[in-house]
Amino acid sequence: MDPVRKRTKDLSKSVDSAHLAPFPDEVLEKVLSLVKSHKDRSSVSLVCKDWYNADRWSRSKIFIGNCYSVSPEIVARRFPNIRSVTLKGKPRFSDFNLVPQNWGADIHSWLVVFAQVYPFLEELRLKRMVVSDESLEFLANSFPGFKVLSLLSCDGFSTDGLKAIATHCKNLTELDIQENGIDDLGGGWLSCFPETFVSLEVLNFASLNSDVTFDALERLVSRCKALRVLKVNKHISLEQIQKLLLRAPQLMEVGTGSFQQELVPRQFAELETAFGSCKNLHTLSGLWEASSVYLPVIYPACANLTYLNLSYATLQSDELSKLLPNCSNLRRLWVLDTVEDKGLEAVGSSCPLLEELRVFPADPFDQDMVHGVTESGFVAVSSGCRKLHYVLYFCRQMTNAAVATIVKNCPDFTHFRLCIMNPGQADYLTNDPMDEAFGAVVKTCTKLQRLAVSGLLTDKTFEYIGKYAKNLETLSVAFAGSSDRGMQSVMEGCPKLRKLEIRDCPFGNEALLSGLDKYESMRSLWMSACNLTMNGCRQLAKNMPRLNVEVIKDEESDDSEADKVYVYRSVVGPRRDAPPFVLTL
Amino acid sequence: MGTPGLGLEITELRLGLPCMGGKSKAAEKKRAFWEIDGEEDGSSSTTTEEKTQKVESGGKGSGNQVVVGWPPVCSYRRKNSFNGREKGSKTYVKVSMDGAPILRKIDLGPFGEYSELTRALQKLFHSFDHSEKLKDAENNEYVTIYEDKDGDWMLVGDVPWEMFTESCKRLRIMKNADAKGIGLHV
Repeated sequence: MDPVRKRTKDLSKSVDSAHLAPFPDEVLEKVLSLVKSHKDRSSVSLVCKDWYNADRWSRSKIFIGNCYSVSPEIVARRFPNIRSVTLKGKPRFSDFNLVPQNWGADIHSWLVVFAQVYPFLEELRLKRMVVSDESLEFLANSFPGFKVLSLLSCDGFSTDGLKAIATHCKNLTELDIQENGIDDLGGGWLSCFPETFVSLEVLNFASLNSDVTFDALERLVSRCKALRVLKVNKHISLEQIQKLLLRAPQLMEVGTGSFQQELVPRQFAELETAFGSCKNLHTLSGLWEASSVYLPVIYPACANLTYLNLSYATLQSDELSKLLPNCSNLRRLWVLDTVEDKGLEAVGSSCPLLEELRVFPADPFDQDMVHGVTESGFVAVSSGCRKLHYVLYFCRQMTNAAVATIVKNCPDFTHFRLCIMNPGQADYLTNDPMDEAFGAVVKTCTKLQRLAVSGLLTDKTFEYIGKYAKNLETLSVAFAGSSDRGMQSVMEGCPKLRKLEIRDCPFGNEALLSGLDKYESMRSLWMSACNLTMNGCRQLAKNMPRLNVEVIKDEESDDSEADKVYVYRSVVGPRRDAPPFVLTL
Repeated sequence: MGTPGLGLEITELRLGLPCMGGKSKAAEKKRAFWEIDGEEDGSSSTTTEEKTQKVESGGKGSGNQVVVGWPPVCSYRRKNSFNGREKGSKTYVKVSMDGAPILRKIDLGPFGEYSELTRALQKLFHSFDHSEKLKDAENNEYVTIYEDKDGDWMLVGDVPWEMFTESCKRLRIMKNADAKGIGLHV
């Protein structure tokens, strides 16, 4: 019951002896369907007309990095057999409240088209989109074979929408709700999964704040034998997680609830056993308010862990130091800066296979913060974890020398995101700008794809980036640079640049216009609180008709200033759903 | 790096930033919420000087100033990972709206940021005629103020959310016209 639309054969072609196709179309399609990466698929479609058509008919998954770059109608016309859609909406800086409410990126118009053209749609993965309860209900009722719903950093819906999904999606395998701006009207949605529903493989409701009926959850977990990912929210207690683990020892990824419950020794032992019985467990998260008293219950599972997310547990250095020697297989570790440099030393000494480290600030707005991590913690990790290639590091002090050492130890960085939290802060030992630090990064890490810079930076940093960062695709800049020359260096270098986001930098119209030749090969450019004017933006728009140049008007600034500018390529021209405060030039 | 300054300066947090050559003027004006026009002329010249001085001296990162959306920690994480955030603590405050006969109460606890408060206030006074005008930032017919721990009436939106919830005792949605008439401590 799975009709894949077949194209009608062009018979005239096959009788033309001059045109000898190397393979029949079906073979070509079959071969190409094994090409999974969407970037490769894109390349495939550009080879020749035959390959374009083969890709067109065999494509089942589509990735749209900017929902406004194309329309659902165009997608539907080109790809008749889509089963899986990934869509991203708002600019990334919306995560930090820089994009006003009602900006756009509503999924509904997409769903309406999909309901007509892709009745067999199975997967929808959305990031930074606006999703209403009506949309969720529409989704639940329009696609009988629907399997996967993943909502990351979306907003506009409530738990009522989840009720509709749970009630109507009989074939659901994945419900992944992460970090959304959701109206939590109660946990009753979980009880809406019917007793006959058994197909769930992934359930992540860690970011929801309300209580679910534990009974319903336990029964759900028991009957879904293929469940491999279970991430519960804070309201699930230690005792409850123990029961759930017993029901589902096959779990591969677990997100616990609150780790703060008074336990008697028997319960402690039971929890240890429960964690130990999960032989396939490789990912652990949650652990809210985990304290040193109860953390040891996870030790039996630690040896197999490859990903440990402690970023919601305010662990101190000694607690982490006791935990990590058990976790020698870790590839990814997320922590809070409460672990301090000493905790990071433990990372360096216990986790030689580490590839990714993220250190989040526990108190980002605390002015009097004296703790947290410094450059020495980072250096310590780099010297013990030579395979490190992804880092996100929030700190309050850094030096050029430390960064140089770090990249010397770990030259394979692909993602280097350093956030020195005080804007425009110099090397605290020498008082120099941090230019040489990022210079070292781009010179040494030739595979660098993503870079976020911070600290006191002059145009020199950007000259380095433009000159050396030949594989750079994403660049985030804040409170940096001295003149237009900075941004120009990046626009003139960096051949693979796709996403550029800039805030509070002294880059003006000249800098903006220096990228004229580049923007069509990029996904998007964001510039806010820089020195752009409406005239500069208008000039860009005039010269590049296939770009949407959007200005978000701030009531405070005067009419000539372009306070927030978002530029992106699009095949459908200016969007028709722009709110009044967004001007498309 | 100098110390952040005297106690008073610490409470007077800015949304503007000492970026080199950046538009400090525009940065100062940056607000994510409704506010009254009177902000500029309402403040004394001393305050304006203080603002400028702060911006200049903060240039090399000596002062710790607070900016919209900085550090770049996503809103979900900001709401959920603060030390000392008491679980389930109820922070109900009274809300009055000029012209509405009945006061309401709202729990600030569940919100993580100002935009959520705005939405909730709109819903709260939804039945009241002028609730639409709350959204209309262009006209700024209404402004939201709060009474802080010291008994002073402050403009909503100036300080980081967490600081606001700790000091807010009650809210008032006031007609802009009336706001200009009284001295607000900004």
